Amino acid sequence: MDLNYTPEEQAFQLEVRAFLQASYPADIQEKVAKGIALKKADYVTWQRILNDKGWLVPGWPKEHGGTGWTPVQKYIFEEECATANCLRLVPFGLVMLASVLLKFGTEQQRQQYFPDMLQSNVWWAQGYSEPNAGSDLASLQMRADNKGEHYLVNGTKTWTTHGHYADMIFVLVRTSQEDRKQKGISFLLIDMKANGVSVEPIITVDGMHAVNQVFFDDVKVPVENLVGEEGEGWSIAKYLLQHERTNIAQVPRSKKQIQRLKALASNEQCNGKPLLEDSSFRRKIAEIEVELMALEMTNLRVLSKLSAGEPPGVASSLLKVKGTEVQQAITALLMEAVAYYGFPYKKDVMLDGWQDEPIGPEEAVFLAPHYFDWRKTSIYGGSNEIQKNIMAKAVLGL
Amino acid sequence: MNLELSEEMIMLQDMLSKFLNKQYSFEQRQTLSRNGIGYSEDNWQQFADMGLLGVPFDEQYGGFGFGQMGLVVVMEAIGKGLIVEPYLASVVLAGQLIQQAGSEAQKHAILEPLIAGEFKLSFAYVERQSRYNLADVACQAEKQGAQFCINGNKSVVFNSETADKIIVSVRTSGETISQSGISLLLVDKDAAGLSTRHYETVDGLRASELSFNNVMVAEDALVGALGNAYEAIQTVIDSATAAVCAEGIGVIAQLREKTVEYLKTRKQFGQALSDFQVLQHRCVDMFMHEEQMRSLAYLAAIKVSDGEAVESRQSVSAAKVYLGDARTIVAEQAAQLHGGIGVTDELDVVHYVKRLTMLNSLFGDRDFHMQRFCEA
Ligand SMILES: Cc1cc2nc3c(=O)[nH]c(=O)nc-3n(C[C@H](O)[C@H](O)[C@H](O)COP(=O)(O)OP(=O)(O)OC[C@H]3O[C@@H](n4cnc5c(N)ncnc54)[C@H](O)[C@@H]3O)c2cc1C
Repeated sequence: MDLNYTPEEQAFQLEVRAFLQASYPADIQEKVAKGIALKKADYVTWQRILNDKGWLVPGWPKEHGGTGWTPVQKYIFEEECATANCLRLVPFGLVMLASVLLKFGTEQQRQQYFPDMLQSNVWWAQGYSEPNAGSDLASLQMRADNKGEHYLVNGTKTWTTHGHYADMIFVLVRTSQEDRKQKGISFLLIDMKANGVSVEPIITVDGMHAVNQVFFDDVKVPVENLVGEEGEGWSIAKYLLQHERTNIAQVPRSKKQIQRLKALASNEQCNGKPLLEDSSFRRKIAEIEVELMALEMTNLRVLSKLSAGEPPGVASSLLKVKGTEVQQAITALLMEAVAYYGFPYKKDVMLDGWQDEPIGPEEAVFLAPHYFDWRKTSIYGGSNEIQKNIMAKAVLGL
Repeated sequence: MNLELSEEMIMLQDMLSKFLNKQYSFEQRQTLSRNGIGYSEDNWQQFADMGLLGVPFDEQYGGFGFGQMGLVVVMEAIGKGLIVEPYLASVVLAGQLIQQAGSEAQKHAILEPLIAGEFKLSFAYVERQSRYNLADVACQAEKQGAQFCINGNKSVVFNSETADKIIVSVRTSGETISQSGISLLLVDKDAAGLSTRHYETVDGLRASELSFNNVMVAEDALVGALGNAYEAIQTVIDSATAAVCAEGIGVIAQLREKTVEYLKTRKQFGQALSDFQVLQHRCVDMFMHEEQMRSLAYLAAIKVSDGEAVESRQSVSAAKVYLGDARTIVAEQAAQLHGGIGVTDELDVVHYVKRLTMLNSLFGDRDFHMQRFCEA
């Protein structure tokens, strides 16, 4: 065993660092560092810079624009991005749909969708969940009836992140009623501007608008927008679950957040001394650091297996549960660090930053909303209960 | 020994439930919270008519003399209805401070209109650097002839926007972190040199930043003895801490009830979510926490009423530690068990979750009270 990066990996790390320093826009970095809400334009700007460099889609095969990096290089890239406060790329098109099209799509579909995806001309959303199909995704009801030239789509999708930004959405729909609910599901690409598509905002606990309910009322979708075979949707969804999960543990980001927590706690006062010197507060940070240390090593072990060509398998469930627990614990401590300054709620500041003198520490106003918002991470992407069910069944044979 | 609520308390409880059922739906609460002054003056007047504003005050000042146990009953209802009216700020904190430290003349002059709903107070005690330490007071007041001149800042002062007067803890002598040398001054909300910044809070209430720039108040604005206010402040904050633990019971009970109800109605995998044992156990954990919280809140109320310093401090801190634990055991689980809608603004549960969470940051968080328990 050897934890150290090889000389080549070290050189790569320096290359990434230099690139981020030179090319990552300062205004976006400031927003991410402070927690100010990001706009679509911020994502587009950074994605285009990365694309120009050829680093937008490290997960893709080289012939389609991927980087050809090893798993360790990908990890280094992620780590450097987190350290530099890079925004987290929206995975729906660039990671999720792309891996589906690579595996199940036709060459024509890849030709049609990849260039606009890489240039950030077309924005994708993920339409899986429905009001009555959350954890039990296979019970989804949205229908697509094959009318020869087109499908006629009716139903609704909900929790659609960035649905209000999206030009296109990939959805799971029911194309036939079968004996098992997992059968008869298909994977379809729908133009958000098509007649009959409407979007309703859902405001979340932090007062922000990122998720939506999307309604489909007699929407005509050309048959060539089917991905894979009719009825193959569930296999595609399962495939995605194993492949969308490379950075699921978010270790680099949590390390960065711990640094931020320590910086904050060293500026806050407790009985005339920095809060960071308060032994019980320091100990609570340490509790999280211990978890994070274990998580990082587990993540690296999974990575090492990946490098040797083994699939991550159910390790992604473990990484998801532990990763979100650590992230959520950090958001709680950040909020605790500012004591009474967690109370003020300023939506305008969350959107645009302070235009006048901050109330208390500059970042305080973001911390309670962030804590509440981050509860979502143990709910979406397969809830933590569902991940434990998966591990119980698949690992322990229960 | 008798650990049942008295008949009077049960009547108070019934009256409050009727009020909540009749005119305090979640939708009504949200409308109040998000508009204008953040609550209803009509409701406040009704509180006065129902006698709620006189609950903790002695009969000689027009109160009911129900003491801390009365506050438990009112505050539990406040938690249950997520009430946004400034009861904690005006009655529990500032009103009790007058009762605790004020002169006879001040008590008569202030408590009577306060109880009648004609006059409101708020209490400014937090500062940028103070965290939860009540002795960490940097805001200064200097005696100049027959007046005090105040300079400094106060933070996160609840409901000062609608208060007629604000009680401010100030340093009249001694080092910044010292229990002696702290005084209380009554400041007019429109006093010259007082600038304010009002805002909503995460949990749907209102608070302000106050900045004092040579604010002059008359000698008779002093509440209690000069430089000797610390003990009164501590006593009242302890009473308020015990009171918010009672508020916590109301919030926890609602979260437990609403979560159980939701799990029974929400179906996934062809069955009610309540069929999953792992989720049942989470609800049972909430229920056990609710019962234990109720026990500690009652105990704290009894000890605060008895007035024995060490036991009172210890039981108040024990209850507050438990309230802090409710964040993970009750609030986080309630959100989690609701799935996606557990993080939406529309759902009532989310606002109970917010209040329960923010209660940890009021009057000392779990760490602060665990430490105080150790030292008591
Ligand atoms: C902020 C946010 C963004 C999202 N973005 C998207 C998106 O872009 N696209 C999309 O398609 N979806 C999205 N989702 C939806 C997300 O995937 C679902 O919320 C998630 O699958 C849970 O479904 P649900 O909300 O219906 O909860 P439910 O499935 O109703 O679950 C409620 C609770 O019951 C538990 N539970 C359910 N089944 C079991 C079981 N068998 N055993 C034990 N416990 C169980 C769950 O863990 C949860 O705690 C998003 C959700 C959120 C909150």
